[in-house]
Amino acid sequence: MVARFKGQYGTGIREANTYLGQNYMVVDPSIISEVLRILRDREQFDYCVDVTAVHYPEREKQFDVLWILYSFSKNERVRIKIMIADGESVPSAVSIWATANWLEREVYDMFGIRFDGHPDLKRILLPDGWKGHPLRKDYGIIQQDQEWVKANLGIESGQ
Amino acid sequence: MGKGQPGDRERPIIMTDRTMFDLKPADPKRIDEKYLSHLELGEPDKTFLDSNELVINMGPQHPATHGVLRVILKLDGEKVLGTECVIGYLHRGVEKIAENRTYTMFNPYVDRMDYVAAVSNGLGYCEAVEKLLNVEAPPRAKYIRVILTELNRMASHQLWLGTHALDIGAMTPLFYTFRDREEILKIFEKYCGARLTTHAFRIGGCQYETYEGFERDVIKFLDYVPAKIDEYEELLTTNRIWLERTKNVGVISRADAIALGVTGPVLRASGVKWDLRKAQPYAAYSDFDFEIPIGTNGDTYDRYTVRMEEMRQSLRIIRQAVEKIPEGPIMAKVPKVIKPPVGEVYHSIEAPKGELGYFIVSDGSTQPYRIRVRPPSFVNLQALDIMVRGALVADVIAVIGTLDIVLGEVDR
Repeated sequence: MVARFKGQYGTGIREANTYLGQNYMVVDPSIISEVLRILRDREQFDYCVDVTAVHYPEREKQFDVLWILYSFSKNERVRIKIMIADGESVPSAVSIWATANWLEREVYDMFGIRFDGHPDLKRILLPDGWKGHPLRKDYGIIQQDQEWVKANLGIESGQ
Repeated sequence: MGKGQPGDRERPIIMTDRTMFDLKPADPKRIDEKYLSHLELGEPDKTFLDSNELVINMGPQHPATHGVLRVILKLDGEKVLGTECVIGYLHRGVEKIAENRTYTMFNPYVDRMDYVAAVSNGLGYCEAVEKLLNVEAPPRAKYIRVILTELNRMASHQLWLGTHALDIGAMTPLFYTFRDREEILKIFEKYCGARLTTHAFRIGGCQYETYEGFERDVIKFLDYVPAKIDEYEELLTTNRIWLERTKNVGVISRADAIALGVTGPVLRASGVKWDLRKAQPYAAYSDFDFEIPIGTNGDTYDRYTVRMEEMRQSLRIIRQAVEKIPEGPIMAKVPKVIKPPVGEVYHSIEAPKGELGYFIVSDGSTQPYRIRVRPPSFVNLQALDIMVRGALVADVIAVIGTLDIVLGEVDR
């Protein structure tokens, strides 16, 4: 599979490796949408297990965005990873796997990463008016949107 | 004060002077714009002259939502045109907490996600960290894990059955299932002192050896409960009201189920024979014989039969595990301070509700750099909209019940 992708995209596939028996592939953000579609259609990764992100504030490309995929017919998992800078958006995978809808909303909610082409990108776990994205590393563990708490809960602090 | 005399012949039969009450209907447009505008809703049925769209709010404080789930329903009379779930009322930021705790300290937190199946959560987490550390729990610990996890699956399904049946209107099963679930909780309590948030496992194995008489208690339970499962089935399986309320209700096709990433009994009821315990065995599951029950129609009734059969299969697994349980240590050699090497790992298990996955990124320190929990309930809940479109309001209750969500896990 990796050979097929490398033949097709060359250096667009940055890295393809195995760690602890788990396969992962780092690809260029520009081709991610195509790669995901091919993974579903040609490589039969018909089940999108999870979409998530990791924040590395000290890196130039601050975010890793990950898709964990599974193929029922091959009984195989693969992780696809791209690296993007803060403020960059990612093409949405909702048209590929319907399950990506809420998962992408959660990534947006927690990290502030926007997904282009998402039908309804808004916060999912936090309230709509909340400011800040809690899973970014610069967001403190007891930090909260004081204004929102005051306005909506009528208390000084949620602590 | 109201106007007019009740005896006045000029007045229509419905006497209430509506101006008396300041009953302005909630502005549906406001909710519409906020929540429903993006949905491609069906058109209301124009056959009846008085057909009109109605937006109603269900929850978050609604007994049938099994916690604090808010569903905004757009209705045409009794027919559901579309739904929107509003979640997050129970959000505690578990993933953020994890980044600020050591691996060991975070272990009890995972129990608070799916709090009716705490043992499964702990198993998934411990195994994920073990994978990252490249250690394996000793065989005896694995067997103890399997026994407790399967007991917990049983307890989770019993709680599901009781509350689901109660939602639909059958009250008796609740008392029956809670009576029998108590026996499982007693075993947990004797084993580790806790009944619900058990924190039964540690990274590398189990902290406690089984107590004196553990096997005897488990066997006693195994002998006791099959007749009770038959009893639940007797109440429901051929009950006409139950059939009417569950057959062809909340149907989800195989293709939709896969596209929506639905897992667990919900996926299996749609005819996909897939169970992580078989597909990618973890703990000691490869040692045991058991079947994966599947359904054909993907309706609420099939999900019910799948879960009932799963309970029986769990009992089969537990019996084999108790009979074959090996002697030996229960803890692998793990360092006192857990410091996994730099790397990422994804590990998932078949929790009672579906695939529960942990994605852990380690930066080589004592605290995880990032933990992502892939919650089965969260993903399964997304299927609610597809499952209830075109159905009746009462079916929404049945479908929420049959999805078997736990809001602690949806919101984390």
